[in-house]
Order: sequence, then structure tokens, then C-alpha cells
Amino acid sequence: MGMNAPDLSVDLAGLRLASPVLSASGCFGSGQEMSRFVDLTALGAVVCKTVTLKARRGIAPPRGAETPAGMLNAIGLQNPGVDAFIAKDLAWLDKRNVPAVASIGGQSVGEYVACAERLRDAPALSAMELNLSCPNLEDRGFMFALSAERTASVVEAVKRVVMVPVFAKLTPDVTDLVAIADAAVKAGADGLSLINTTLGMAIDTRTFRPKLSTGTGGLSGPAIRPIAVRCIWQVHQAMPHVPIIGMGGVGTGDDAIELFLAGATAVAVGTANFYDPRATEHVRDGVAAFMTARGITSLDQIRGRVKVEG
Amino acid sequence: MSATLADAVETTGRVVGVERIGEYQILTLRAPDVARRTIPGQFAMIEAGCLLRRPFSIFRATADQVSVAFDVIGDGTRWLSERALGDDLALAGPLGTGFALESNGPTVAVGGGYGAAPLFMLAERLRPTGHAVHAVLGAARAARVFGHDEASRVFDSVAITTEDGSLGTKGLVTDVLADVVARTGARRVAACGPMPMLEAVSNRCRELKLACEVAVEEFMACGLGICWTCVVPVAGNGEARYLRSCTEGPVFDGGAVAWG
Repeated sequence: MGMNAPDLSVDLAGLRLASPVLSASGCFGSGQEMSRFVDLTALGAVVCKTVTLKARRGIAPPRGAETPAGMLNAIGLQNPGVDAFIAKDLAWLDKRNVPAVASIGGQSVGEYVACAERLRDAPALSAMELNLSCPNLEDRGFMFALSAERTASVVEAVKRVVMVPVFAKLTPDVTDLVAIADAAVKAGADGLSLINTTLGMAIDTRTFRPKLSTGTGGLSGPAIRPIAVRCIWQVHQAMPHVPIIGMGGVGTGDDAIELFLAGATAVAVGTANFYDPRATEHVRDGVAAFMTARGITSLDQIRGRVKVEG
Repeated sequence: MSATLADAVETTGRVVGVERIGEYQILTLRAPDVARRTIPGQFAMIEAGCLLRRPFSIFRATADQVSVAFDVIGDGTRWLSERALGDDLALAGPLGTGFALESNGPTVAVGGGYGAAPLFMLAERLRPTGHAVHAVLGAARAARVFGHDEASRVFDSVAITTEDGSLGTKGLVTDVLADVVARTGARRVAACGPMPMLEAVSNRCRELKLACEVAVEEFMACGLGICWTCVVPVAGNGEARYLRSCTEGPVFDGGAVAWG
């Protein structure tokens, strides 16, 4: 004990992860670029950028803007399509023995299912994350994750065609997150990813134009960490046995501990990779240092242990 | 996925130089792992006292130092302008593509404002290989022309344009480009500066049937290839595709960029 490195491994919906620190979808590519700066095999898994059935061109720039303690982005799900992703990105990760989580998106239930079917026999795939913050063209363009019913319809359909654990990634921009989380779990989700970005907007006061070409975009970074902590805590209170991958402004070990205390089983590092290419290492080392200092031997000992009085 | 990713490193650079060139700031960091890998046109992401780092094209690289040039335009560049000798700054680099270093004749290097910075490094790399590099430096007014004192030493010839006529020819870089090409027999153009200038230079090069490389400037959250904010539309087969200026760029074929 004492001097030994603490055991960072966690059981996430039946997956044994060597580390509770993952990359967040859309903030790490599929790992190739980041392998210049960090050892990918030290991550619990690489959660890849969202792919769709067909290639998507993405939206016109400007696509990003810095905001206080965060940033806005609107990319439009630019990606090469699921087949190219399997052939290039998953094959690359497989060759390096890096556990991979595919993130899939779609504009209809059928598109999610078709995408999931292509991935069914893909190499290296540990789990699948459903990006439910996509516009649903069958329902007035509203995001799937805004509705319990639409969320459940995607989860249920995808679960029918894949064997790996499925995580539903939810938006915090709803009135009753617990109801949507409950619908996802009842539809068969093995776990939840909390939270996606929250919708924001910034305006250039010199030009009267929005800072993003689309007007609105997803807010990420430390600015949204309290929202992530709140969402994880509310959902964990309501369904303590459901595994949660927590994300939202995690850049240090202490940030990750905060999410574990709220109820997360694992954490994903997103925007912090942009300003600290070694953020995933720094978070993992910080978690290990915390455990050593507190004499904690397993993260099970602190999960959901926030002490809320009254 | 890019076939050739820049061989970048994450490191800490100690501030070993803070100077001014005209109205611009020059920051020099001791960062040997970045310096020895850098080719002209590449950039570094440097911490700037804000959440996000800022991208800076590299102006000069020696065996163990890199220098960047910038203008104080926001909170990040203001914070950087206040750094002192001995401060340590986190940076990643060198990032992105550089200008072609194989040349089959003279090059005209066209720079707008402090965008001219990487062209100085290009000249210092190309001229020892026996290929002339002629500069066209443009800006709104004399004080905004980057490095015109040093330019006559670095380039084979220097033409200057200012919009107000306070230095050199009154007008834009594109007003003198054809004359410089005719005078020097240049076969290629390398340009860096504001996007409207790069568009105008690319169009002029198409008319003059000259190869044209441009180093673009887009908002960049990461500079590492993972955020997909810094894209530029580039024509390939059929519809233009959005390519990342941090990874597939910042140097693109000006004739392939779908401007505007």
C-alpha cells in the first residue's frame, strides 16, 4: 500500500476499464492526432467523434468562439461516414490495442440502426454511444434527446442490433432529465453519458452577427461543469445502479473526483484536450494522487458519496 | 485522417526575448524540440492567459528557439505582450503543413501585415538552396508593414505597398504583383495575411498562371486536429470539402480554396 499506484480500474456496464478516464466524443478525433501527445493505451477508452451512415460535409465556418470559461461550437457533424470510420479509424485503434467507443448519430431512427448494424462486427469496439443531440428530421428537427419517447425509440432500435454495451448521451437542455434518462434505461440503455453541450449563442457587437455561422452552438468547457455535476447527481439519485460516464468541463483530477462524488462511474475529458493536449493524463494522474492521499483503494468507495444534508 | 501529421510536441518554452518590430510584438521562446522540427509556414499553439491557447505562425526558428510575431488584438495577445524574460509558457508545435521547400525558380513571397512573418523564415530556408525569394509586403500604412527594415537583408528584393501611400506604392499587394513577377521571372507565389488578401492574390495568380500557396488564418480552438472548427473549403473532385487549417493546412493551394 502507500507507495503503490492505486487501482484505477472500473467496471463500466460490464466493461473492465484500466482507467476511469476516457476521451469525450468530438474532442479527440479517433486518437491519431492525439497519439502525438499522450499514450492512448493509458486511457480507459477512446470515445470517437460521432459518425453517421453517410459522410457529412459539416457547416460553414466560423464554427467556434471562445466564451468566459468555455467555448461554443457548431460543426454540423462533419465526418467521413461509418464505413470509412471502420476501415481507417477503428482499424487504426485496433492495431494499437486501444479500446474504442463509437459514437453514432442520425436524423431518423432508421439511420441510427443502419449505422449501428455496420459497426456490429467492427474490430476494437468496446461500446457504442448514441449521440442523441442530433436534429430529428422525422420530428420537426427537434433533437432526439429532448423527448423521452424519441430517446427510447432510438435506444430500443439500436439495442436490437448490437451486442456491445450502449450508452445514451443526453442533453442537459430539458425540463426533466431524470424522465428522459429513465426512458433510455427502460428502453435498454446499458448506461448514460452525461452531459452533451448546452445550447448557447454569442454575438459580435461590432458586426451585429452571431459568432457562429449557425447562430447557436454547443457550450462546453469549465463553464458547464456545475451543470454536469447537477445532472449526474440528479440521475444517480434516481437510478443509483445505472452506470454513468460523466463529462462537462473536466480538466483536472479534482474535476473528475467531483463527478465521481456526484455519481459518475467514469469521466470523459473534452474541451480540456484543446488547451492541454495532455489533459487526459493530467486528469488520470490527479485522480490517482487523490486516491493515494485519501487512502482510497477503489473508486467504488467514493461514487455518489456527496453528502447532501436535508 | 491526415496522411502526414506534423511531428509536433507538447512542451514548455521559456521566454528569452520580447521585442517590437514596428507596431508588432515579437516573442521568442527557448523550445528546442519545437525549433528543430519547424519548417516555414508551420505554427505553434501557445498559452495566452485565456482558456484556449492561440495559434501563431513561426517567424524564426534557430537550433533551440522559436519566435512568433503578433499584434495586440484581444485578451490573449495582450496577456502575451505582457510576458517577461524568464516566464514559462506551455506550447505545442510545430503544427500543420508548411510551404513547399522544393523550388524550381524564384519565389515571390506576399505578406499582409504581420502575416509576412513566416515568409522571412521561408526566404532564409530557400535562398541557401540557390533560389531567389522576392518580397511584396503590404499593409494599411507604413507602421503596419512588417519588418521592412530587416526585409532588404532577408529577401532578394522588396516591394512595399500601403493603402494610404505612406510607404512604397500606394495600393494593394495585388497592384504590384504582376510587375514583380515579370521583373523576377518567378514561377510561384507564397502568401500569408488576411483572408481577403489571400483570395485576391490567389485570383491574380490564376490570371498569371502561377502556382500559389497560401497560409490561411481561421479561428482555431485546438490547433491539434481534433475540434474541427478551423476548416476552409477546398475543392477536390466535385464539391469543395472542409479541410482543417491546423492539419491539412494552414498552407493550401490558393487555386483550390473555394473563397467567399
